[in-house]
Amino acid sequence: MSTVMHPSAAINSDPLVIAGVEYHSRLLVGTGKYRDLEETRAATQASGAEMVTVAIRRTNIGQHANEPNLLDVISPQHYTLLPNTAGCYTADDAIRTCRLARELLDGHDLVKLEVLGDEKTLFPDIIQTLQATEVLVKDGFKIMVYTNDDPIIAKRFEELGCVAVMPLAAPIGSGLGIRNPYNILTIVENATVPILVDAGVGTASDAALAMELGCDGVLMNTAIAGARDPVMMASAMKKGIEAGREAYLAGRIPRKRFASASSPIEGTFF
Amino acid sequence: MHIILNGDQRECPDRLSASQLLEDLGLTGKRLALEVNREIVPRSTFDTHIIQPGDRIEIVHAIGGG
Repeated sequence: MSTVMHPSAAINSDPLVIAGVEYHSRLLVGTGKYRDLEETRAATQASGAEMVTVAIRRTNIGQHANEPNLLDVISPQHYTLLPNTAGCYTADDAIRTCRLARELLDGHDLVKLEVLGDEKTLFPDIIQTLQATEVLVKDGFKIMVYTNDDPIIAKRFEELGCVAVMPLAAPIGSGLGIRNPYNILTIVENATVPILVDAGVGTASDAALAMELGCDGVLMNTAIAGARDPVMMASAMKKGIEAGREAYLAGRIPRKRFASASSPIEGTFF
Repeated sequence: MHIILNGDQRECPDRLSASQLLEDLGLTGKRLALEVNREIVPRSTFDTHIIQPGDRIEIVHAIGGG
């Protein structure tokens, strides 16, 4: 559902609202696949993101007890952390992960739910994701759900109580960009919760396109971390998201088959 | 006594509290979550929760991910 904005609305008066909290950046980033923690820190900062995803994994016992920790450079004081259920192929594993994440983060209950169906495509297992959603919503979690670009399913997740629905553009890490723009458009038009494209974005124009379709935000990881210069790409993505959002709010011209001249005919002297 | 910690077999002293286990592992004060036999042990109960022989223990933390 789009908000009617004043034509000169600045970025700060067009916040992204998720579960009642305002964010000024519509770019959300993952923290995986970086060369090291310093690169993670620098790229995340350059992106301007306010919400970042993290994974929940076993602590290394015994080795590197004093190794710096992700949360030392990506502090919960400065960022909203969004724990994910990456690597889960069953609803049970995802539910267990969310509960551990909530305990880890002192009761913070905003989570990214993903339940995978296939190792090659990393497409979501929608049936397992729906099952996990039902249990987790009852358990009080605020769910941002990773799903496919099926508008019927997207609306179903919203009806089950997800606080945001996140259709994929293309397979995770593929960099293919939005494969089904008309599906994304339909999802956006039908939604009353924020819609964020999550997965498959490759470059800044992909992010801009998502925003031009009316999406509320974009979540990406590989597109930045896998770029030759992640800090520069983070900056490009930030600008791409802002450009796409302004273009959307500005109201583009329609596509026409034939030309319409930009200069008047009257007054020609030839 | 014998426990299974993060998937590995391990020996530890009898009648160990969760706090003592974490201290022995050098994990005191670190941001983590603890699960014993698939049930979460809240941080507030670390001092009083006693590890039993054969317990399956998972200690997890946040790392980079997408």
